Amino acid sequence: MSNPTLTAHNLVRRYGPHAAVDHVSFELHRGEVLGFLGPNGAGKSTTMQMLTGNLAPSGGSVRICGVDLREHPREAKARLGYLPETPPLYRDLTVDEFLILAAKLHRVGKGEIAAAVARAKERCGLKKVGRKLIGALSKGYRQRLGIAQAIVHNPEVVILDEPTVGLDPLQIREIRSLIRELGGEHSVILSTHILPEVESACDRVQIMNEGKLVFQDTLASLKEQAGSGGLEEVFVKLTLSEETAP
Amino acid sequence: MILTLAAKELKSLFGSPLAWSVLAVLQALLAYVFLGQLDAYLSLQPRLTALANPPGVTEMVAVPLFGVAALVLLMATPLLSMRLIAGERRDRTLTFLFSAPLSLTEIVLGKFLGLLAFLAAVAALPALMALSLYAGGALDFGLVLANLLGLLLLAAAFAALGLFFSSLTASPTLAGISSLGAFLGLWVVNMAVTDPNSALHTLSLLKHFESFNRGLVDSADIAYFLVFAALFLAFTVRRLDNQRLGG
Repeated sequence: MSNPTLTAHNLVRRYGPHAAVDHVSFELHRGEVLGFLGPNGAGKSTTMQMLTGNLAPSGGSVRICGVDLREHPREAKARLGYLPETPPLYRDLTVDEFLILAAKLHRVGKGEIAAAVARAKERCGLKKVGRKLIGALSKGYRQRLGIAQAIVHNPEVVILDEPTVGLDPLQIREIRSLIRELGGEHSVILSTHILPEVESACDRVQIMNEGKLVFQDTLASLKEQAGSGGLEEVFVKLTLSEETAP
Repeated sequence: MILTLAAKELKSLFGSPLAWSVLAVLQALLAYVFLGQLDAYLSLQPRLTALANPPGVTEMVAVPLFGVAALVLLMATPLLSMRLIAGERRDRTLTFLFSAPLSLTEIVLGKFLGLLAFLAAVAALPALMALSLYAGGALDFGLVLANLLGLLLLAAAFAALGLFFSSLTASPTLAGISSLGAFLGLWVVNMAVTDPNSALHTLSLLKHFESFNRGLVDSADIAYFLVFAALFLAFTVRRLDNQRLGG
């Protein structure tokens, strides 16, 4: 496969003596959608915050397209789009204003801003609400806008933390097909605890439990191995056994 | 990048009723003081002409007006600065800035300049009123400019300290009241001091503003305000960096 677009190497995050993320290493390749699974509190969000430079790791390194996040945060972050658990939206701006701001801050060239914003709106189905205030948007639209701000600068790596929480089934379907589409040219990390979402949208899956990466495989080979039980069986086995262990 | 952020802050301020209310209330207050002073000046004018070296209209009207404006700035800045970082933390929008290819210094300076631009508009209110006196007589432009410069430097100091308090918490109200307390504390810190050489005078914001208010542009006063602002901006950057480290 081609060079990895994102490399996490031995990431550690400690809170006092407790390691929320414990030596996590993985790679992400171009055109790939990686499903990031784990029970609540497994350290998924903490990992994503470290991947995006929102939280400094206690140890380990992150490279985005070969650029070290700690040494060259500016270059690395320009290649990164991030939707956190709570979409970071300014309620007092309109959709257009917000996306233009996102494009500018991510150093999209002056002449390309309008086209970049139009494309992001098109992809996320936001064309009709461009002039609306964000505070007046429904939850589904806010979630879409959250994705739009993450992809407006056409980043090589897109990181989405539970993008479909609180959406209705129809919207979930739209977002999933959008994620699949994104996987065509960008690399995507999708964190979720909805298993069917991973099965429908991802190429590869990794499961995290209690700060450690406990499982990594492609979805295709998983299907061959586990038969009909599939992902759910693996997930339950890996995350439950550790919790019930003495 | 800094200017893009500053423009965004300014836009958010002017997009909210708070900023307009602040401007309206301040303007009403300052206009009242202005007219009161003008009235006093006009009633005293016949007697003033008898003096050998009478105080001009600038001294009698504009100087007290700027004095009040400084106090008004002290009250208004916390209202405007409190949400700059605390509000973003509460709404969880700080991630948006942290994930963008921006340094913390750029984020802090952008917010600072956005607020300062608004406070400059506040400072323009008394300056314009003072200039209106020119329509009816001679004006001491040097004195007005010194006052305006003093007010702007004071605004920079207030904005930096307000921004710092805003970076300490996720509650804008808490940031606001702490800033107000700090401003007032610095304002009156030399109040009870009888020794004219006390170090507390050096700390007092009021003391430094008073020189400008009298028309005295002293480089030591300018340096005081600039160092004050730079110090708290640096503290704010440190504070945000620590947040990234500490989670």
